[in-house]
Amino acid sequence: MVTYQVQDVSPDMSFLEMLDLLNEDLTIKGEEPVAFDHDCREGICGMCGVVINGTAHGRGESPVPTTTCQLHMRSFEDGATIDVEPWRAGPFPVIKDLAVDRSAFDRIIQAGGFISANTGAAPEAHAAPVGKLQADRAFDAATCIGCGACVAACPNSSAMLFTAAKITHLAMLPQGQPERYSRIKTMIAVHDEEGFGGCTNIGECAEVCPKQIPFDTISQLNRDLIASLFKKDGK
Amino acid sequence: MTTTTKPAAPTTAKTASTDFFEVGADIKDAKAPAGAIEQKWSKRKFEAKLVNPSNRRKLTVIIVGTGLAGGAAAASLGEAGYNVLNFCYQDSPRRAHSIAAQGGINAAKNYRNDNDSTFRLFYDTVKGGDYRARETNVYRLAEVSANIIDQCVAQGVPFAREYGGLLDNRSFGGVQVQRTFYARGQTGQQLLIGAYQALERQVAAGTVKMHTRHEMLEIIIVDGRARGIITRDMVTGAIETHFADAVVLATGGYGNVFFLSTNAMGCNVTANWRAHRKGAYFGNPCYTQIHPTCIPVHGETQSKLTLMSESLRNDGRIWVPKNAADCEKDPRQIAEADRDYYLERIYPAFGNLVPRDIASRQAKNMCDEGRGVGPAVKEFDENGNERFVRRGVYLDFAEAIGRLTKEGVASRYGNLFDMYAQITGEDPYETPMRIYPAVHYTMGGLWVDYDLSSNVPGLYVTGEANFSDHGANRLGASALMQGLADGYFVLPNTINDYLAGASALPKVDASHPAAVEALDSVKDRIAKLLAVNGNRTVDSFHKELGNIMWEYCGMYRTEAGLIKAIGLIQKLRESFWKDVKVSGVNEDFNQTLERAGRVVDFMELGELMCVDALHRRESCGGHFRAESQTEDGEALRHDDEYAYVAAWEYTGTAQAPILHKEPLEYEFIELKQRSYK
Repeated sequence: MVTYQVQDVSPDMSFLEMLDLLNEDLTIKGEEPVAFDHDCREGICGMCGVVINGTAHGRGESPVPTTTCQLHMRSFEDGATIDVEPWRAGPFPVIKDLAVDRSAFDRIIQAGGFISANTGAAPEAHAAPVGKLQADRAFDAATCIGCGACVAACPNSSAMLFTAAKITHLAMLPQGQPERYSRIKTMIAVHDEEGFGGCTNIGECAEVCPKQIPFDTISQLNRDLIASLFKKDGK
Repeated sequence: MTTTTKPAAPTTAKTASTDFFEVGADIKDAKAPAGAIEQKWSKRKFEAKLVNPSNRRKLTVIIVGTGLAGGAAAASLGEAGYNVLNFCYQDSPRRAHSIAAQGGINAAKNYRNDNDSTFRLFYDTVKGGDYRARETNVYRLAEVSANIIDQCVAQGVPFAREYGGLLDNRSFGGVQVQRTFYARGQTGQQLLIGAYQALERQVAAGTVKMHTRHEMLEIIIVDGRARGIITRDMVTGAIETHFADAVVLATGGYGNVFFLSTNAMGCNVTANWRAHRKGAYFGNPCYTQIHPTCIPVHGETQSKLTLMSESLRNDGRIWVPKNAADCEKDPRQIAEADRDYYLERIYPAFGNLVPRDIASRQAKNMCDEGRGVGPAVKEFDENGNERFVRRGVYLDFAEAIGRLTKEGVASRYGNLFDMYAQITGEDPYETPMRIYPAVHYTMGGLWVDYDLSSNVPGLYVTGEANFSDHGANRLGASALMQGLADGYFVLPNTINDYLAGASALPKVDASHPAAVEALDSVKDRIAKLLAVNGNRTVDSFHKELGNIMWEYCGMYRTEAGLIKAIGLIQKLRESFWKDVKVSGVNEDFNQTLERAGRVVDFMELGELMCVDALHRRESCGGHFRAESQTEDGEALRHDDEYAYVAAWEYTGTAQAPILHKEPLEYEFIELKQRSYK
């Protein structure tokens, strides 16, 4: 742990702009800036994410769930000392300072987090209507940004909320049915191979999720996983 | 390669716009076949040479970028059986900045029965682009738009639906039909995740090899053809050489030349600029879209700007106080009679839904008149004097909340309202939002023909990275349409024409002189950056460049201002190479080094943008030259002189570039002065 002093922080600054300010200062002083991942800075790309004062993304008292880039300095008291750490989970090795390697998430998606529909092979969009409630539920799960806060917050380092979000998104749609019970097995297998832990229903993941992925997506995953054991089309 | 028809620039100080460039031979798109516009794309697809399925795996295609244009192309070419190498600077392809697009995607489905058609989408896009786009490309875009929606639905993209289970639509600026498909305020995210999943499926299948955290720093040209790229592994610093039979750049736009923009922090022009330096023409670099509905700047440490979807203009009403004396008041205390709903007043037919360029310019006009709202921010006038101006206008939902209830408004725009509240600390359900224009999209990009091939054989450019479809102004919900059209349907049906002959080309490896030269030049540049060891940060240069660009090459451009900007940029560049401080070493995760390389290229691009803006002595779309306006202050085009694409050829840093004109021929649409009144 290193302690840095940052001057001239305004309440309207975002947390990452505060880190920018620190890095400008360190550079001028001839010290190495602090490495951290970030990109869109509007809460949608999922690239940023650090643990702030013990909470993934550092939402603290704010009622609105948020990514690190959408956290503003008005959420902190003037003169406060803030603890900043990288995501801590075995499957997310630290690259440098606050940046970690989350490529394990891509490999879970590679294991079946898709609908096999080659370009050009699609039927007319209205060929399969989807009820609004069903579509809304698919959408709620599909808003996952893959930031990894769920893993960082979980005492088991489980990526179950991430995996369940994709399972639920695709399971709610008619287009997702043909592979529904095969994808779940292959995705869970890779989840485990990557070293993510099992889910013990603690719920920290959903608490820190900046997109409020519903915790009950994990129930959906469990139901589908059990059902898949009785399906012949599951591998 | 080109013939120069004008004498070289004089050695004395440059004062006339023509001193800054030379004029070369005209160019022409040779790929769009003749005939009726409805037949061109089918005809081209039929005439293009094919590659036998069993030969495809022997052909390698490099694709740089994993956004809608790159990710969709990588997935589609992988499915077709080609060997694809895909690169992105982020830690995962799912992070590309297409993800941040909010409002929607256009398609000529006519699901609303409101008289939409392929031809109308084509017409609206050409008109919206202020008649500076190529007809053939735009018609094809409209033609394939409906297939995109089908493809995305098949992938599981959860578009908004109605209770009957069918897809919902909304309307967007600059058009009078409802043709925009959307997924709440996260349409870009959902479309990108669809493309990303298709891409990861191909990674699993082994047809696509993904290289994340890799930045392209140079292109390898062998015997005039694109044959590979040089990348830097951003974790280890390793400089690598990759070869292919064709290279596709799907690297997005260059709005970050302004430092503050709605682009992601990492968006950059390096891949495109390096290709430009090696011979690829840059088309219409000055065409920049300034988006009218963004959250205003909070202060000098601002690192980026956040856009609020244009869809908000469907229900929100834009106004400023009629009297400057009211600007400091709580907006809720300003009587209805004292408000100026200026867009509704000036443009009664389109009201708040005028195209983006018009809405932005009027917001600037209101603030310049002293009727802006919100905190006054420091800026510099054209003489370099400090001044404080309120840069904001109200976007008010009080009427919409009365009509639809708070819940009704929340169901349409809830996530946008939350985002606004999070960033500003104000509740937009209670008090009107404050908005101001910000740099959002660049219509310019590398020049491409109908096949999306640049003038360098084997180098293709897709999505925002090319110049092709939006003319001088892009309509809302058309960027997603173009990215996916290029990636899913256009490139996979044109690149085969080139690849069919590529297997006959001689093999190249790392010992080829062109590859060695490219690799060495990258290493030299990095060594040079690290060696300066001055006393100014990279960001301080980037911010200064941004200020110059925003002041002189932003919403309001003049001859004198642009000439001044070119001088300022040249000075800035000299200072950069003397005073910049890049900490650390190459062989590390070094984010300062990454940014330094990008700023070098932005400075060169900024100069070219000013030259392009200077040479185009007319106003069109997002390019507003103060010398060329109607009596009402609207953009005034000069079709007799400027109905062409300006494709620039690189001749050297700080050397006059060569202008090649591609005349725009309007066979199917009549050129008119745009009117939204």
